[in-house]
Amino acid sequence: MRWETAPLLEIEHLTMRFGGLIAVNDVSFAAGRGDITAIIGPNGAGKTTVFNCITGFYKPTSGRMVMSHTGNAAADEVAALTRSGARFRRYGENALFLLERMPDFEIAAKARVARTFQNIRLFTGMTALENLIVAQHNTLMEASGWTVLGLIGLPRYTRAEHAAIERARYWLDLIGLTARADDSAGSLPYGDQRRLEIARAMCSDPLLLCLDEPAAGLNPRESAELNKLLKTIQREHGTSILLIEHDMSVVMGISDHVVVLEYGIKISDGTPEHVRNDPKVIAAYLGVEDDEVEAVAKGELP
Amino acid sequence: MAGGEARGGQHQPIGLLAAIWDSCKTALLALGLCIPIVLLRTDQDFSNQLILEPRVGLTLTLVGIAFAARLVWLLAANWTARRPTPVTRVPILAGMSVSPEAARRFAIGGLIFLFAYPMLSLALVGPAGSIKWIDNFGIQILIYVMLGWGLNIVVGLAGLLDLGYVAFYAVGAYSYALLASNDVVKDFMAEMIGPWFWPAWGFWLCLPVAGILAAFWGIILGFPVLRLRGDYLAIVTLAFGEIIRLVLINWVDVTGGYAGISGIPRPSFFGLPFNASDEGFAATVGIEFSPLHRTIFLFYLILVLALITNAVTIRLRRLPVGRAWEALREDEIACRSLGINTTNTKLTAFAIGAGFGGFAGAFFAARQNFISPESFTFLESAVILAIVVLGGMGSQIGVAIAAIAMIGGTELLRELDWLKRIFGADFDPTQYRMLLFGLAMVIIMIWRPRGLIANRKPTLFLTTRRAISGDLVKEGHG
Ligand SMILES: Nc1ncnc2c1ncn2[C@@H]1O[C@H](COP(=O)(O)OP(=O)(O)OP(=O)(O)O)[C@@H](O)[C@H]1O
Ligand SMILES: [Mg+2]
Repeated sequence: MRWETAPLLEIEHLTMRFGGLIAVNDVSFAAGRGDITAIIGPNGAGKTTVFNCITGFYKPTSGRMVMSHTGNAAADEVAALTRSGARFRRYGENALFLLERMPDFEIAAKARVARTFQNIRLFTGMTALENLIVAQHNTLMEASGWTVLGLIGLPRYTRAEHAAIERARYWLDLIGLTARADDSAGSLPYGDQRRLEIARAMCSDPLLLCLDEPAAGLNPRESAELNKLLKTIQREHGTSILLIEHDMSVVMGISDHVVVLEYGIKISDGTPEHVRNDPKVIAAYLGVEDDEVEAVAKGELP
Repeated sequence: MAGGEARGGQHQPIGLLAAIWDSCKTALLALGLCIPIVLLRTDQDFSNQLILEPRVGLTLTLVGIAFAARLVWLLAANWTARRPTPVTRVPILAGMSVSPEAARRFAIGGLIFLFAYPMLSLALVGPAGSIKWIDNFGIQILIYVMLGWGLNIVVGLAGLLDLGYVAFYAVGAYSYALLASNDVVKDFMAEMIGPWFWPAWGFWLCLPVAGILAAFWGIILGFPVLRLRGDYLAIVTLAFGEIIRLVLINWVDVTGGYAGISGIPRPSFFGLPFNASDEGFAATVGIEFSPLHRTIFLFYLILVLALITNAVTIRLRRLPVGRAWEALREDEIACRSLGINTTNTKLTAFAIGAGFGGFAGAFFAARQNFISPESFTFLESAVILAIVVLGGMGSQIGVAIAAIAMIGGTELLRELDWLKRIFGADFDPTQYRMLLFGLAMVIIMIWRPRGLIANRKPTLFLTTRRAISGDLVKEGHG
């Protein structure tokens, strides 16, 4: 199990409280390096809240989220970093990040976690291409000498911009939107917008890609295309994926690891096989009482 | 009054009688409004007692105008409704796009005209008449074009509503005035380089300093408003503008309070002063001295400053910061999810926009020779903002056109002396400036809700550059 032997992101005792409401309650799980990890659960289970904590949009009430870029983090290193009060530390090749301490943009820029949103958030008034270029902001900003050198028009910036356009073109080809590159993102059909948002996240060169219900509102054909796209991202870019999804064909079809939340509590965690047969999960999805769970597991109820 | 129903022409044609009846109702409404506002005027008689003076004639005239306007409006709407494709007329107008080729030709033609403008006016109206045309129209409009372009960075590109932009204009003007006429600085420079240096080159040193100081104040304003959005952002920027003005009024030791600062040094022609002396510009070049030289020089100076503002803005838009500004206007949360430091992005927008305002302010001080807090009221911010909004947020050429229309239009009102023959000798057209101003804005906003140039031009493209309709472009959170 890669999430046990080679975790990229370890979430420990994550709790998020909104006033009296505990949206996420002491949830721990790990996302394996190179895995597609699915988070599933009924509406309001706290899935998006977990994402918002990971990507820094919410500051968790308590808990620790450790991201280790290459190789496993030694327990004493993590403990030392936690005690030091620093947000992250680089050790030669490896770098350790405590996501709960970092602001959102730094998580994206330094820890290299990219995300999409449950309700699409594209830059609608900009073209598809511009959306993908904005995603490469930090690389381009450096190439433009934080604007000063770019203003003079140094060739270094021109080269960087060409490279950025080539990268954008690669992703446009992959999602089949090259022909619409110069159209505004807001004028694209819904399914294309979903894929463009994924491409935009990938253009920021992430190690972990968090997708919030990427298949919502897609028809079966588009859904199958999405599966292929996610598989390509996983295989050819080595990007690990964290996925919230209601569509079971997507979840069971592509994920290596499934985590199930209900009312903010983790009720199951394991391979798709394991989760599918977990009586607690079946109960949560069928909405049966606790004492009926046994019966479901034994196959006595339909 | 129910003007909206005529738009798009979906309404039923109205009969003449019905139209008259409707207009009667309008007239009645106008009468109702006029009775409390217009009919009775309080005045003082010879013994200083308050008397009521009824103004029946004026009231009836206004009611008559309302009646006639409503009637014409209804019948005109009838007429347009009968035309073949009235429904699509308004949307086509609203989304009308100018081809890039035409826009470029227009820009080049405009530039040639601007550079030839002082000569043209000299040739057409002679030296005496052209001061007004170069100064009141040319320089005045160009100052507002520059201010509009500066504010466009903050409001149009970054989508941050700034109601206190005039503060930076004031900082620039006062920075220049205080620095250039400061004796300590003058003495210091005289000791270091020579007494000739400061009078000749003071302006050229103080201009960038004023811009940098204004940019610095832009950052100071930026910090407290970083977390604010929408109405709150607008209110705090408004307060900031007022604070600066109140400081200028009350810090009498430094700023001279209401009296302002006078005798501000004038700019030189790169070291040659514009005066009748032997070292002056006219004597050196070998032409007869005329005060017009300085005016023409100031015209070219503000033209070049404005063009620099424009060139820098266009370049910035194509750099990562500029794209980040526009992305910020579109969706701040998405920006942060892509690793863009929105704090820095907002601060650079405030700083650069403020810097251009500061340059314009320094120029203003040098041109006026005198400044006082009266030049930096909220109205000024409102006018600059109106120019940006009318031009079409984010559009450089639109802002320029709006500045010409608004500032040129108000200046033109001073020319309408013949109206006195119609309305009587004590009729002053400039008093109606704000009324007409508001009317023009309402009309333009109905006609083109997204400003004169509503389309956004992408900053780069793969195959073809296609303008993006303004409907898809967000206005930011301010
Ligand atoms: N900012 C917030 N303030 C208050 N309550 C919140 C906030 N965000 C989420 N919640 C609450 O937390 C709970 C979990 O919400 P969350 O959006 O994480 O659910 P979800 O699992 O993503 O559901 P869905 O499948 O509908 O997207 C809900 O009860 C929600 O109302
Ligand atoms: Mg959700």
